[in-house]
Amino acid sequence: MAKYMIKRIGRSLLTLTLIICIVFILMRQMPIEGYFQNFDKLTDAQIQAGLKEQGLLDPMPVQLVHFFRNMFQGDFGVSHSYRVNVPVTQILKDKLPVSIKLGCLSILVAMCLGIPLGTLMARYKGRFFDKFGTLFIVFIQAVPAAVYFLFIQMYGTSLLNIPLLFNAGNWRSWILPVISMSLGNIAYYGMWLRRYMVDESNKDYVNLARAKGASGNTVMFRHIFRNAFVPMVQYLPSSFLNTVIGSIYVESLYSIPGMGGLLVTVIKDNDNNMVQAIVLLYATVGVIGLLLGDIMMTILDPRISLGKKEGGR
Amino acid sequence: MFSLKDKLSRDLEQAAETGIRREADRIAGISDKELFSFAEYDEKEAEKSGYSNYSYWGSTVRMFFKNKGAVAVLLLMLAILLFTFIQPHLPGQFDPNTVNNDPATSMALRNVPPNETFRFGTNNIGQDLWARIWAGTRTSILIGFAVALIEAVVGITMGVLWGYLRKLDFFFTELYNVLDNIPQTIILILVAYILSPSVKTLIFAMSLTGWIGMARFIRNQILIIRDRDYNLASRCLGTPTRRLVMKNLLPYLVSVIMLRMALSIPGAIGNEVFVTYIGLGLPTSTPSLGNLIDAGRAVMMNVSQRYQLIYPTVILSIVTISFYIVGNAFSDAADPKNHR
Repeated sequence: MAKYMIKRIGRSLLTLTLIICIVFILMRQMPIEGYFQNFDKLTDAQIQAGLKEQGLLDPMPVQLVHFFRNMFQGDFGVSHSYRVNVPVTQILKDKLPVSIKLGCLSILVAMCLGIPLGTLMARYKGRFFDKFGTLFIVFIQAVPAAVYFLFIQMYGTSLLNIPLLFNAGNWRSWILPVISMSLGNIAYYGMWLRRYMVDESNKDYVNLARAKGASGNTVMFRHIFRNAFVPMVQYLPSSFLNTVIGSIYVESLYSIPGMGGLLVTVIKDNDNNMVQAIVLLYATVGVIGLLLGDIMMTILDPRISLGKKEGGR
Repeated sequence: MFSLKDKLSRDLEQAAETGIRREADRIAGISDKELFSFAEYDEKEAEKSGYSNYSYWGSTVRMFFKNKGAVAVLLLMLAILLFTFIQPHLPGQFDPNTVNNDPATSMALRNVPPNETFRFGTNNIGQDLWARIWAGTRTSILIGFAVALIEAVVGITMGVLWGYLRKLDFFFTELYNVLDNIPQTIILILVAYILSPSVKTLIFAMSLTGWIGMARFIRNQILIIRDRDYNLASRCLGTPTRRLVMKNLLPYLVSVIMLRMALSIPGAIGNEVFVTYIGLGLPTSTPSLGNLIDAGRAVMMNVSQRYQLIYPTVILSIVTISFYIVGNAFSDAADPKNHR
């Protein structure tokens, strides 16, 4: 087990290093406007001097080494157009708490609704509730999130008489973003939990429990649910982390001052250092989520043979 | 419970009895000459017993058509696909990029609500929304199909190589572990940010990593069926590897390949909308469902102009949902385990 964990963590580190290198090299291919505040007004000499000062004229490997050294000291450079000359880490520090609060709320909502949804769908398989839930899941999966988020904002704000944009002080303006962010996870949890519970209910131990005379609900919740939840555990860390770090789309739709909305803003501003730092943050969170999922899975389910499992999902 | 069992067993007994009686009748009807002469070996007769009229595609199509709902959705989908491609050739259509002026005042016809001339109204600079929506659907479906096709072709080729050539296994497995860990959205954003937006670059960005999932699936299946007896027999008879893959392995995987392709089309269409929203999408001179929805979003709080958001989203939802449903229904039908 320890050997597997070390191998798995090592692989994640390798992946992260590779991602950082790729992102860094790709970002250097961007037009150099993104490194200056007022590019149009500068003379050629000033531009060259500015590039030199930022170390952008060095050969690529040298730049990469510099970047790694700065990164370990927590220095991701400064913003060039979003908030001029403010360190990127400073900006992100202000933004993260907002995203985390919203993300935690929405994951809570998703769990409270998604897990009962999946369980009830499996319990009443083939009946009305199952069909209704399937309809919901198909809709959420097939229609792009970008589309139904818009409708939630459009009709939600006028129906509930809620302000269009987010305002941290007004709790009512939290409702729609939280619902939007949790819908995808509700459908996701519901779909997988139903599938795993249906798979489990065909196994022999379920027949044994029934033969013992356990009631339908006892079998469902005490026997099937517990076993079906184990494979679900693998998805939880990724979905938790990905939600907590902020939905790019929802945050910018409601002008929430969080991470996701920030990415859209700095992309539109061509602020290269900011884009680089945020992209790296998202990639890191994605990698860590998968890593935690695999680790939790191996801890919870001793039946998984580690030798044969080839890392990843 | 007991009464049910009684009834069943009674039926069974009865059936057995009638069967025995019928067989006795049949034997009694055969002449002595036929009963007591040698049965010659006849090649045609021998083949008869092993014959089955099972055909894979026949059964797949039959199973699919049993699902009435899916057939209805399929017809709707085909009608929309057909219409998007013949729409520009119909009479009385506007050009999606021409700004329409009022002939009397020569002012641009901005934000005209849907009427007889402009079936879906006009947008904020006076372009015909009906023409733009169908042109946009064309672009989006083109992107979806291209991405699905690239993923399938590259994925299958790589998957077959991965499964068949043991030397490549290590390389591909490590590549998969790295690529699978990188969030798809991030790659999409990064590539779209760096390359200038066009249909080609969007297709490139979306199919950059999607193939590896397909390749891994194909590889796993190939590892499972590669050394089954019928393939071993084929190989002993000297069947070339390519024929083995084409005839013995891939038909087995058709259902999943089709499912993945059908699901990656709505995925690609949705990604296009997302990329457009964050400002990295196609220019408005190339209408796509993404930039139409984005334009509609800009005016959505203005109740009288909401039609500019609602029409493109309705069309987009119909297209993506129908692909999703047809894909799932087809993959159920194409799975040989569901054939009786």
